[in-house]
Amino acid sequence: MTIDWGHFTPWSSLAGGLMIGGAVGMFVLLNGRVAGISGILGGLLWPRPGEIGWRFAFIGGLLIAPAVMRLAASLPAPRIEAGFATLVAAGLAVGVGTSYGGGCTSGHGVCGISRLSPRSLVATAAFMLAGMATVFAVRHFA
Amino acid sequence: MSRFGAFLAGLLFGVGLIVSGMTDPGKVIGFLDLTGNWDPSLAFVMLGAILVGFFAFRSAQRRTRTLLRSAMQLPQKRDIDARLIVGSVVFGIGWGLAGFCPGPALVSFGSGQDKAAVFVAAMLFGMLAYTVLERLIHEPRRRAKA
Repeated sequence: MTIDWGHFTPWSSLAGGLMIGGAVGMFVLLNGRVAGISGILGGLLWPRPGEIGWRFAFIGGLLIAPAVMRLAASLPAPRIEAGFATLVAAGLAVGVGTSYGGGCTSGHGVCGISRLSPRSLVATAAFMLAGMATVFAVRHFA
Repeated sequence: MSRFGAFLAGLLFGVGLIVSGMTDPGKVIGFLDLTGNWDPSLAFVMLGAILVGFFAFRSAQRRTRTLLRSAMQLPQKRDIDARLIVGSVVFGIGWGLAGFCPGPALVSFGSGQDKAAVFVAAMLFGMLAYTVLERLIHEPRRRAKA
């Protein structure tokens, strides 16, 4: 293992993390819910009555974030190596997996660990390890 | 009011994802590439988020009502079962393949990226397939058993 010093951004990543924590904290104290993005989005597909407005509002905030960010700075260019077929396979796996496992990086990772939930800690360990194993497999065997 | 709060929370969450670098799949894969040229940045994102989240949830868990006087609806599920682990592993595989998880994918879709749009469409299809199967097959069967 070597450290990729060229891409390592401890301060901006910490700052972004603090903002994410602020968003999650604000959401639980105002709306009384965990800010799990896969759950908020998935709940729109077959919504229970009275649960549509706040879900759309939260997702709308996420979608408009790049436009708001552009007012202050230019957006960094993303590096996306995946081609069409990989994006489709990955999207399907993320959609099915987060639904079946009841959460993603935000719900289990950020909120669950903040709540000290053993269930979310196990989920986070599982998706982190699976992600690392997948990147290892792609790097070495693909 | 609760909708406006949700909108602001989503906006702040999205800006945080951009600032942190998590909307760059290359950076996410760099973190997951533990045995290669490792970029530890994502650990700092988690650290910052959990640092604030910990105190927010500690205060939330002591309340029965939110600041807007609505009911607290924190998750009650505690079981660590096969569903949790299998689902999380499948999610992790998809995350490692493209470097997108749901939040950053939605934000990138919002910035008008074609590749993120493809990912989000496939993700929604996966969620929809799950929801339909769950509501039409599993829930009635479970109710019939009970």
